[in-house]
Amino acid sequence: MSLIARFSRSPEGLFGAAVLAVLIAVALAAPLLFPRDPLSIVGPALTAPFTDWALPLGTDRLGRNVLAELAHGSRASLLVGFAATLAAILIGASVGTIAGFAGGLVDEVLMRVVDAFQTVPGFLLALAFVSVIGASLPVVVLAIALGAWTGPARLARAEVLSLRERDYVAAARVIGMHPAEIAFREILPNALAPVLALSAVIVAGAILTEAALSFLGLGDPNIVTWGSMIAEGRAVLRSSPFLSIIPGLALVVTVLGVYLFGEGLSEALSRRQVRL
Amino acid sequence: MQRAGELVIRRLIGSIPVLLIVLVGTFFLLELASGDAVDAYLVSSGGGDAALVETLRADWGLDQSPITRLGLYLWNIIHLDFGHSVLLNRPILDVVLERLPNTLLLMGSAIALSFGIGSLLGIVAGSRPGSARDRLLSIGSLALYAVPSFWLGLVLVVVFSVQLRWLPLSGIETLASGKAGLHRAWDIFRHLVLPVGALALIYLALYLRLMRAGMVEVWRQDFVLAARAKGLSRRRIVWRHVARNALLPLITMLGLQSATMLGGSVVIESVFSIPGLGRLAQEAVSGRDTPLLMGIIVISAVLVIVTNLIVDVVYALLDPRVGASEASA
Repeated sequence: MSLIARFSRSPEGLFGAAVLAVLIAVALAAPLLFPRDPLSIVGPALTAPFTDWALPLGTDRLGRNVLAELAHGSRASLLVGFAATLAAILIGASVGTIAGFAGGLVDEVLMRVVDAFQTVPGFLLALAFVSVIGASLPVVVLAIALGAWTGPARLARAEVLSLRERDYVAAARVIGMHPAEIAFREILPNALAPVLALSAVIVAGAILTEAALSFLGLGDPNIVTWGSMIAEGRAVLRSSPFLSIIPGLALVVTVLGVYLFGEGLSEALSRRQVRL
Repeated sequence: MQRAGELVIRRLIGSIPVLLIVLVGTFFLLELASGDAVDAYLVSSGGGDAALVETLRADWGLDQSPITRLGLYLWNIIHLDFGHSVLLNRPILDVVLERLPNTLLLMGSAIALSFGIGSLLGIVAGSRPGSARDRLLSIGSLALYAVPSFWLGLVLVVVFSVQLRWLPLSGIETLASGKAGLHRAWDIFRHLVLPVGALALIYLALYLRLMRAGMVEVWRQDFVLAARAKGLSRRRIVWRHVARNALLPLITMLGLQSATMLGGSVVIESVFSIPGLGRLAQEAVSGRDTPLLMGIIVISAVLVIVTNLIVDVVYALLDPRVGASEASA
């Protein structure tokens, strides 16, 4: 049975996949659906949701279209979520592979670095990194990846340690392959599966961290994010709580979709293991 | 007890290189920051001529090579000198130690609450894996775990402080209330209900899921079958045999989560204006006080190391196998 067929047997996974598909579609279509700059003023300030059909979710305290902001905000969340996860897995898998394959002093030093990164609260590290370098999308991505690469590194190292004594690695040595080539072309691809299983959790964490950073005013100031929308709405929390509540709900749905998709995926992967 | 002592010493020695790497990292971030301590000092003191800048740089060792400065930085920190906060015009260590108790109170209560409720609900879910109750709790906990803590805090404020007016909006206690003793404790408790609730609600999902997963594993083991064959009641099997054996991994998670909790409290503290370490970090960011921010990072790293140490000792005392296997390794 193929992976897709196994995945489709998990209702949670399917639900998560559907949520993610809709979100990605919204993120891609946002410039077409709302061609105007989402930060431009389109109507009277603080229009309540569901009162004006032209502005279904109302306006914020500057009179900006909340629905347009929401659609454009999905771009930042998804982009940062996926990019930071990619960066974290790239860094983590490389460091873990080198540590596990080289062993000895290299392993010892690299693993102490992993320990150090796990000792500093990831959110504080991201906060410090962004505030020192300056807020822009790539910096935010890197800052989040800095706090998330240790998990993949540990997993990759553990996998590599169990793989490197296999016969096919010995065979690669015998035919005179360079150790770096063995590590990255023979071992790493086989060690990647459990690391990828972790990726849903990292994507979810990255989306939440990005939201928290921009909530504290450390996001890219030139784009709309759900976190900055929540922070904006906070000023009128008493009179118009919906301005903070709506983007927060979008975050919950997105992150839950990622988790459910991940659950379905790891269930599908473990079913394969049982069959073997 | 002696085993625990050895464990503490071994862990303390092991944490020295880790802390050293953290210090080198914070030093690099300080170097990356635009402007040095002299610039910050001049901004706060209203400027000075070029000669003053030169003497200050020489006095503070800022004209030395990066390696020498790194040495100086480490030397100062070993002597517990974290430098001076330009923003607050006070020694960094003093400020941090002053704010620390509030954060510890917030984090400690949130951890205790999420661990307690999370593991209990985990037992409820794991006592019949696959049942409707189990599925509901598993999905529900996942949904909670997807909630951003700062947003949950705001929603709780809207409901309980703005609409219902049951609980105070922000702060750790009523300012200048003149309350003392039990009245003051009750006041602090009321202020902490929402922030602790927001943190605990989110992190309890972790313990719930871990407890449930652990119990699913234990159910498959032979001794559970033996307990059933003996004719023990289901309740007794769940509590005395299955839950008990699934509890240990949760204690490890307590230590691992301390760093995440500390990070989470940064945002929660700024939502509720609680004068703790996290709020201080945010003030340092908005006031561009990088040395203060680095001091906070180093001290939180120490905090995480100490928490993990305590968790390890508790673990070793609970599970005799841990120390034994490490001693022989």
